[in-house]
This record gives sequence, structure tokens and C-alpha cells, in this order.
Amino acid sequence: MLKRRSLIASSLALAMAMGAGPAMADDVTIPLVSKGFQHEFWQAVRAGAEQAGAEFGVGIEFVGPDDESQVDRQIDMLSAALANEPPAIGFAALDTQAAIPLLREAQDKGIHIVAFDSGVDSDIPVTTATTDNVAAAALAADRMAELLGGSGTVAVVAHDQVSATGVDRRDGFVNRLAEQYPDIEVVTIQYGGGDHLTSTEITRAILTANPDLGGIFGTNEGSAIGVVNGVREAGREGLVIIGYDSGAAQQDAIREGLMAGAITQNPVGIGFETVRAALAAMNGEDLPEIIDTGFFWYDADNIDDEEIQAVLYN
Amino acid sequence: MTDTLRPGTTTGPAPERVSFFATATAQRLLAFASLIVMVIVFSVLSPNFMQTSNIIAILQAASVNGVLAIAVTLIIITGGIDLSVGTMMTFCAVVTGVVLTNMGMPLWTGVIAAILTGACAGFASGTFVARMMIPPFIATLGMMMILRGLSLITTGARPIYFNNTPGFDQISRGSLVGQVFPSVPVPNGVLILFAVAIAVSFILNRTVLGRYTYALGSNEEAMRLSGVNTAAWKTAIYTLAGAIVGIAGLLIASRLNSAQPALGMGYELEAIAAVVIGGTSLSGGRGTVLGSLIGALIIAVLANGLRVLSVAQEWQIVAMGAIIIAAVYADQLRRQKTG
Repeated sequence: MLKRRSLIASSLALAMAMGAGPAMADDVTIPLVSKGFQHEFWQAVRAGAEQAGAEFGVGIEFVGPDDESQVDRQIDMLSAALANEPPAIGFAALDTQAAIPLLREAQDKGIHIVAFDSGVDSDIPVTTATTDNVAAAALAADRMAELLGGSGTVAVVAHDQVSATGVDRRDGFVNRLAEQYPDIEVVTIQYGGGDHLTSTEITRAILTANPDLGGIFGTNEGSAIGVVNGVREAGREGLVIIGYDSGAAQQDAIREGLMAGAITQNPVGIGFETVRAALAAMNGEDLPEIIDTGFFWYDADNIDDEEIQAVLYN
Repeated sequence: MTDTLRPGTTTGPAPERVSFFATATAQRLLAFASLIVMVIVFSVLSPNFMQTSNIIAILQAASVNGVLAIAVTLIIITGGIDLSVGTMMTFCAVVTGVVLTNMGMPLWTGVIAAILTGACAGFASGTFVARMMIPPFIATLGMMMILRGLSLITTGARPIYFNNTPGFDQISRGSLVGQVFPSVPVPNGVLILFAVAIAVSFILNRTVLGRYTYALGSNEEAMRLSGVNTAAWKTAIYTLAGAIVGIAGLLIASRLNSAQPALGMGYELEAIAAVVIGGTSLSGGRGTVLGSLIGALIIAVLANGLRVLSVAQEWQIVAMGAIIIAAVYADQLRRQKTG
């Protein structure tokens, strides 16, 4: 009996001793409840937030569910963050509606909510720090058209058809092609959940079905890497592959010339701007409805530019 | 709640004197004591832990996993395992969404639809296991994928919202208790968890179905040789477990005010973790609903407490794994003493 209790107690003590120290050192801690945790993109957001925390002298606590389907887990995390009654919370909603009761609770407690990455169906957040995904995907479409010489067939390997980012990137890309490049046909749009392996299989199937395909657009890091893997496995050459976000594998593919280029958001900037906006809200400053954190096109020519290197993550 | 004699524990010759610490009651007291110790430790370490709103958040976090754990407890006592409860829960939520939002039917039909869908899915699992002799691990692994796929197909991979069914979110989020005692707004979802726990405890301890559940896990062959239709009873238990999963589906749909078709993978493992922390043996024949309930509460308290203490998330995961191993090890020690 004692053994069991002391085991539990010691594992608790261990976890606390190793984890709690730094976060408690600062007087003000701003929790960021993210959509994910172990994914490179979210770790880059975290790095940006911590950078802002160090610069402005506040603590940052970054949490997020294991994958982007766990809406209820994210809500549990938000509840725990609310219990500490911090002055502000950063929140990247997995579902645009599910967290609204908690956001109301936050409002009642006087906690400022700063949305980041995607917004919620509510006017409670003081602002939303995010990429204009429609415009970013439209830029990908422009580059695709340019590289194909204005005509040909393309496929889209998207990460999902539910979230705002998935929908915006797909539509931003497809609509721009339809409006401005009538000779380019989108032959198929398939969804790989952002999973590398699933996206690889999808890509191989698309290549088999469309022997004359001119280009493929992968709408996030996992999708884009899947496209690269699929094309590499199939041994197809001459395809125009355009990706989204960065990560080591995608950057390698661009350097090798397998991938024509990619859109990068500014995840570090998203994290940084979220914290900055939270502090501004705490000081009673007015904030715009949307803080556009920006996006860039990068390819083998400019990948080593300082401006691009600053927003890429590995 | 569950202190009656069970076939699994009454068959062998009873030891002359069993030390108190080696009894099943003690195991549950230990789990309960661990829960209390955790609550005290967290309360001391953080003044924000012991607030009504946070305690309610913990109970709410435990409600879905608790109901799933109760369903899995039934299956595990029979000596089986159920990997499909997470995606089955999602599928039940999706069917409710179709009935209420897409077909515009009244609220009560959605409740029936969820429970009935779960029962049908459980009946299918039970048939695979008991009649087609597919090992439970494989049968429910298959069901896990089938149900996940069906959820995505049914919804076109988009969530279904319940905005047109006023009152649906009250199933989990509302508080009947709060209307009587405004200072303790215990959400209905938590009441449903306790109601399910009491009902299933009653079934396990006071009914033939319950006795056969333990008997299937302790000695299925003996049961079959004595003329019991084991396949029929086993199917019935899987069906009952499925219906309980349907209730979990209602709870999560109501809590999120939407049916999220991609959700559910991984939830079966957390339910199994709650069951083993609660002292139920994975080899079957032994286990209680109360134990699983406490297991689910331990997981919820630990997750919430570490978050309130701002423990880094990486360490939260480590702590959770350590607790599972510690709990099962304590159970092993106790059983070695029993002989």
C-alpha cells in the first residue's frame, strides 16, 4: 500500500520538479492553447511565443492536444488554463464553436482571449493572429500557372476539408486557377489528413490515374512531403510540385529541385504576435480584428535569403 | 456498491486468513486513497486547483472517458478487450447528428438513436467474437476502423452541429443540480456518468447477466460444459457495452454541441487505462465498475492538476504513463500476497 502511494507521489514530484520550475519563475504567465503540440509547425509557433515572452518579460505556457481531431481534449486544456485566471490566453480553436461557452466564462472573468492560427465564431477574441490562407494559396496558384506555362492539368493533395485552413487553402488555390488561368484544369482534389504516409499513397494513386499530370499542390507540411515521397517512389519527372509550410524534408526537396517551391507562413510570427497582442489587450490598447502575420513564396533561389530563413523552421 | 461475492472469487478454496490489504475492497480503497492524495497534493501546490469551476471541469473531463471505461470494463471482465469504443462513440454521435440535424427529428429520438446504434455495433462485435470465433483484439480492431470510416462517410468528413436542436447541449453541459443548488452546478453529464455506474454495478452484481460476465472471464469452458449458451450471453454483454458507448457518444456530442467525425482514435486506450488503474484484470474474471470510475477520475485529476500547475506537457505525458505502471504494479504486489 505504501509502495503504491509513494510511487505515485514520487512520479508526481518528479514531473513537477522538472517541469514546473521555469514557468513559475515569472509573475505573469500567458497560456497558449494550441491545435497541436509535437508537430514542427506548432513548435515553431511556440518558439515565437517564447521569444516574445523573453522579450516582454512574461512566462509562456504552451499546450495542445496530440492531434487535430481531439476537440474535447483541447477544451479540457482550456478549462485548466482558465482555472489559473491568467490575464490573457492565446487560443487556436480546433472547432469554431465548441469552445464558446468557455470563452464566455473567460470573458466573465475578465480574461482577454487572443485567437491565433484560426478564428472562432464569436466576437469574444480581441483579435486573431493568422495567415491569410486564401491569398497565400492564390499565390501558390499563380506560381503553378507560371511554371506550367499557363496550361496543363494539376491535382491537389489537401490536409482536410473541415478546418478553416484546409478549406481556405484548397479554395484559394482552385478559385484563382479557375478565375485567371482557364487552360489549367484541376483534375482531382484528395484529402490525406496531413499524414505523410496517407498523402504518399494518395499521390501514387493520382499519378497512376493521370499519366499526363502537370503539377501537384500539397496544402500543408505533411501533405507536401507525402507528394514528394509519392513522386519520388513513382519515379516521375518533370512534375511541378508546390508545397506549403516548411520543415526539413520540404526544404531538402526544394534544394534538390524535386519541389519547385512552397508557400511559407510565419509560424514564429504567429506565436510572437499572439503574445504581443495579449499584452496589448492587457494594457487596454485597441487591436485590429485580424493581425495578418504574413506569408512568403520560397524556392531554390531565395531559400537562403535572410528574410526567408527567419520564417522557415526545421 | 459492489461488495457482493462473485463467481471469480468464490470458486477456489479461500485462504485461512486473508490480510485486509490483500482483499478486493482494499484495492479499491487504495485507488480511492490515491485519488484523494492527488487531490490534496494538487490543492496544496496550487490555490487555483480547488475551485468549484475547476472541480466541475475535472468531472466533465472524466465523464466521457468514465462511461467508455465502464463499457470496456464489462468486456474486459469476460476476458476480452474492446478497441472500438472510441470510434464507436463517434459513430453514435454522428448518427445522432444525422437524426437530429439532417432529418430534423425531436431530441428524444436522437437519444434513442445513439443508444440503439451503439447496441447494434456492440451486437456486431459480439457476433464476431462469440459466434465467428474471431479473437476480440482483432474483431474490435476491425470494428474500430469500420466505424471510423463510416463516421467519415456519413458526414462527408465535416462536423454536424446541433444548432437546430435547442436543449441538446444541456444533456451534458446543463445542470439540473445547479437549478436546485446554484452554488454546486454539477453538469448533467456527470450525473449521467454516475447513473450509468450505478446501473451497470447493479447488473454486474445482482443479475444473471452479471454473474455470467464474471463466469465467462474465469472459466468459459466450464460454463459451456454446464449447458450455458455462452455465445448468446457473450453477445448480450457486447451489446450492453455498445449501448453504454452510445451514451458516451451522446455525452461528447452534447458537450461539443457537434458530432466530430474524425475524433475517437486513442480514446479506447485511455478508457482501458482507467480500467486497469481501477484494478480490473486484463486476464478477465475480475473487476468492478467502481474501480474503473475511480480510474477515470484519477486520469482526469492528474491531467487537470498538472496543467493547472503549469507542468510542461512533455512531462504530463510521462507522469500519466508512470501512474498506469505504478497502479498495475501495486495490483500485482497485492495479488502475489493473496497467493
